[in-house]
Amino acid sequence: MLAYVIRRCFVGVIMLIVMSLVTFVLFFASPVDPARYACGKNCSPELREQTRKSLGYDKPVVVQWTNFLKGVVQGRDYPDDPELRAAAPELVTHCPAPCFGYSVVNTKTVNELMKEAFPVSLSISIAALVLWLFFGVLFGVIAAVRRGTLIDRGIVAVSLVLYAFPAFFIGLFLLKFIAIKWQWVEVPVYSPIAEAGVGAWMTSLLLPAVTLAVLYMAGYVRMTRAFVLESMSEDYVRTARAKGLKSGRVLFKHSMRAALTPLVTLVGLDFAGLMGGAIITETVFNYNGLGKLAFDANTTNDLPTIIGLVLLLGTFVIVANIIVDVLYAVIDPRVRVG
Amino acid sequence: MSSYLSVRDLKVHFPTVDGIVKATDGLSFDLEKGRTLGIVGESGSGKSVSSSAILGLHRKTSAQVSGEILLDGTDLLKLSDEQMRRRRGKDVAMIFQDPLSAMHPYYTVGNQIGEAYRVHHNVSKKAARARAIEMLDRVGIPQPDRRVDDYPHQFSGGMRQRAMIAMGLINNPSLLIADEPTTALDVTVQAQILDLLQDLQKEFESAVIIITHDLGVIAEVADEVLVMYAGRAVEVGTCKEILTHPEMPYTWGLLSSVPDVSGDTNARLIPIPGNPPSLLTPPSGCAFHPRCPHRDKVEGDLCVTTLPELAPGTRTETHLKRCHLTNPDAVYEREVLPEIAPDLVEEER
Amino acid sequence: MNDKHGDDKLTPLPATAGFLPQDDPISRTEDPVDADEIDYLSPVEGHAASVANPDAKAIIEVRDLKMYFPVKSSSVIRRTIGHVQAVDGVSFQVPEGGSLGLVGESGCGKSTTGRLITRLYEPTGGSINFNGRDITNISSRQLKPLRREIQMIFQDPYTSLNPRHSVGAIVGAPLAIHKVVPKDKILPRVQELLEIVGLNPEHYNRYPHEFSGGQRQRIGIARALTLQPKVLVADEPVSALDVSIQAQVINLLQDVQREFNIAFLFVAHDLAVVRHFCPEIAVMYLGKIVEIADRETLYNRPNHPYTQALLSAVPDVKQAAIGGRRERIRLEGDVPSPINPPSGCRFRTRCPIAQEICARVEPPLLQIGQRHKVACHFAGELGQHPDRPVTTGLLGVDDSGAPDPGATPSALAADEPGYSDTWFDLERKTMASA
Repeated sequence: MLAYVIRRCFVGVIMLIVMSLVTFVLFFASPVDPARYACGKNCSPELREQTRKSLGYDKPVVVQWTNFLKGVVQGRDYPDDPELRAAAPELVTHCPAPCFGYSVVNTKTVNELMKEAFPVSLSISIAALVLWLFFGVLFGVIAAVRRGTLIDRGIVAVSLVLYAFPAFFIGLFLLKFIAIKWQWVEVPVYSPIAEAGVGAWMTSLLLPAVTLAVLYMAGYVRMTRAFVLESMSEDYVRTARAKGLKSGRVLFKHSMRAALTPLVTLVGLDFAGLMGGAIITETVFNYNGLGKLAFDANTTNDLPTIIGLVLLLGTFVIVANIIVDVLYAVIDPRVRVG
Repeated sequence: MSSYLSVRDLKVHFPTVDGIVKATDGLSFDLEKGRTLGIVGESGSGKSVSSSAILGLHRKTSAQVSGEILLDGTDLLKLSDEQMRRRRGKDVAMIFQDPLSAMHPYYTVGNQIGEAYRVHHNVSKKAARARAIEMLDRVGIPQPDRRVDDYPHQFSGGMRQRAMIAMGLINNPSLLIADEPTTALDVTVQAQILDLLQDLQKEFESAVIIITHDLGVIAEVADEVLVMYAGRAVEVGTCKEILTHPEMPYTWGLLSSVPDVSGDTNARLIPIPGNPPSLLTPPSGCAFHPRCPHRDKVEGDLCVTTLPELAPGTRTETHLKRCHLTNPDAVYEREVLPEIAPDLVEEER
Repeated sequence: MNDKHGDDKLTPLPATAGFLPQDDPISRTEDPVDADEIDYLSPVEGHAASVANPDAKAIIEVRDLKMYFPVKSSSVIRRTIGHVQAVDGVSFQVPEGGSLGLVGESGCGKSTTGRLITRLYEPTGGSINFNGRDITNISSRQLKPLRREIQMIFQDPYTSLNPRHSVGAIVGAPLAIHKVVPKDKILPRVQELLEIVGLNPEHYNRYPHEFSGGQRQRIGIARALTLQPKVLVADEPVSALDVSIQAQVINLLQDVQREFNIAFLFVAHDLAVVRHFCPEIAVMYLGKIVEIADRETLYNRPNHPYTQALLSAVPDVKQAAIGGRRERIRLEGDVPSPINPPSGCRFRTRCPIAQEICARVEPPLLQIGQRHKVACHFAGELGQHPDRPVTTGLLGVDDSGAPDPGATPSALAADEPGYSDTWFDLERKTMASA
């Protein structure tokens, strides 16, 4: 098992290196000139070249990419100019390893930017995950057990209707009505757990998490329902009934465990995707998460931030996948060997 | 005195959007303790549906079960769900066809066997495990104290079926239903499993129902045979009677459409034409009439209009057939036997 | 062709036929299709067992064929740590228009052998000759014309047909791929084929789910016949079918064999079906042929203890009908792993008559009759196995299997496909000829 994880991590690192190269190449192959962007409106060709040089964009792509990799391993100075460093060290920002670059637009290292945004996205994602998993599986199982009845149809219909609303609508609705008009909760402002404590942290996450959870829940209700129904027609469930087990035990011990295995895969992927993908929700609630950071980096052509985010989120997806596979082996003894 | 198991006019109907599927439509039979009944039929004949009904496995939402299933005098169909559950796995146990899919892949063999014991006995997990090891040993699994912690996929096909049998017999059931217990197995393993079932039956004195499509299996283990077609019994009798003097053309068809490992190689393989009937719209009269090659020997269109009674044929009172033919014995010896066993006919001359 | 098929001329039945409603019968009930078209009462014709033509030349010749599948370790770097010896040195011939049966229990390598013949796998060793041409290692480009000559019929008619393609597309696809006939001639050819296999030619535009299991197997046969192959590899062609349908399909296969002079490699676990279909049969155990002979010899006078055990394990309806049940030879335990097969004779771990020599020396596949070869040190009919190994003189070993300097190994031990004119007479321990 350990060997398997090591092998997977090794493949993951190679994938990340390839991803960073692809991002570099795509960035420079695009028709937009990053130097022109950074230089501003009244930019003369000379000024543009100077900007290009100071940003390091004048070097060949491969050189820039190897410099970037070097920075990840060794750390890097911005601007990387030994003379300037000797003359005026306060003008040089040192970015220790693993250094993902320096965002000129934000005048901060990418590491700092991500360090600020990451807890926000992680908090929202975890809170949403807990909500949608709990309610999605709960309603899915209820629907499966009561299949064909009004309860079943009601659950499926309601989850479908909720799913049909776009995220910005649900988010805005929650914000405008629940928080502002009816004032059931305070207007959410992200409160870090270290500063405000667990209670405030959780309250601040409630509305954005609900927004995301509603979207994902519909899918999980339907999938849980389908998986449970499928497993209830399995031969081993019939065997369990033939032994004389009570129906509750048949459902929870024999049926559910098999039914929920495929959900593990989905949870891993959805969670990893949510980390950088909750742009709309983060925008609606004005939370500075990774999604919003990515969106801003794209509109300002901020290459270092884009690369940093690609690698961070890529790592997240790869790690989530490895965890899912390990979990699978824990749940299903058949995949333990090999 | 009535039999240990007595099934009377059992009907299992499944309502569907297209109409009622009459999977079992009026099945009656008796079985004593220590005896083995073989139920033969093809897929769709209602043999598995009927046995699931005896175990009360049909969900009330999808199946309508009627008639009487008297086990030791108690009508199982009149019991409440909870009363039936308490008997399931204790008085009546079942072994299924494919032991790989019939065992849960995520739990150890010992866990699953012990669970069957713990449902009906108030014992600790440890005691149940000890009992599981004892049963695994009894069904011939080597090193049972070690293999008890294996998962089903670590067992071979034959060992899995042994484990299923251990699970079925752990509570000493008085009635054991084996649904195609050897179909998924190789012949040498099949022979082992059939031997084991017979040994255990002698030991536990239980009544056994073996459901199969394979007349060979029937020939090996059954005392009595019930041939099913389209949800009904079409021929009932002792194993010897059915195999030597079958009186119903469908049974003839089954005998003549399977080749044999011994006997004359000039024997012909005569298929039953057509396909098994739809249970939604079964043929009128005798359900076998559309495929029956001997229909012309019955006067008029009796076969098409009237369902024959399950009644004694030309031989003994206990050998019942559902057919309008008046001289089945003669037809069999004149027309069927020379084709499927020319050597036997030759010998008699 | 058609009048011959009066017996099993079939039209589609409802997809429900052959299905048993379980707990949720709704999905399995559809309206019956064309119940009125069914021609039930055509006369029933039985088929006797196939017979061999002893003069036919071999169309497939397999020599010392081997197929090893690598087993990888689960450490950080995945090394090959062993091989599954699925097929380990088999030799046989299939005569033109004849049929050879391969029987054995699951895992014996019979299906792998069948797939090797169609070159679905690349063999690890040995050679396959088709019509005198070596096809063991030919490239995939050269394989394409070969695929026309050697076709395959699969076990499961439910999974081997693409549910999204109409029957016409399935049966006609080989014609289009190999560009055998112009496009406008494909449909008439497809209809002709459907008629040959006893299906209604008008049903070319239907989909597999509209047919019952037996009819689907007919579609699979029609597809295999499309390119008029010379060899058909049938891998358990009837074991997924209902009893009454099995006979229909076996008869159909016999008909097409006679009609088109097709050679069959018939792979099955059912000894009775193989006996009916194949005049010559090879018994496999753990990747090797243990006995090969013509039908009468193999079933009436088997010389290998495994063949004897296998035959005694088959329930016999007619035996039971005329008098009692036969004594069975009980085989203990399970088939050993093909990754680490036993030394010497692979059957020795379960063999009731195994001795010291069996663990030391692998018995050669020795010809002991005109059309009879057996791989056993103690070859003999049931109850008449010799006390001393019969192979010692040929192998140059003593009775315990240790090398015997006094004896010189004979060239006879080499395993050639087919039979020789001279053979080793077990009783007299000398060479004999017809």
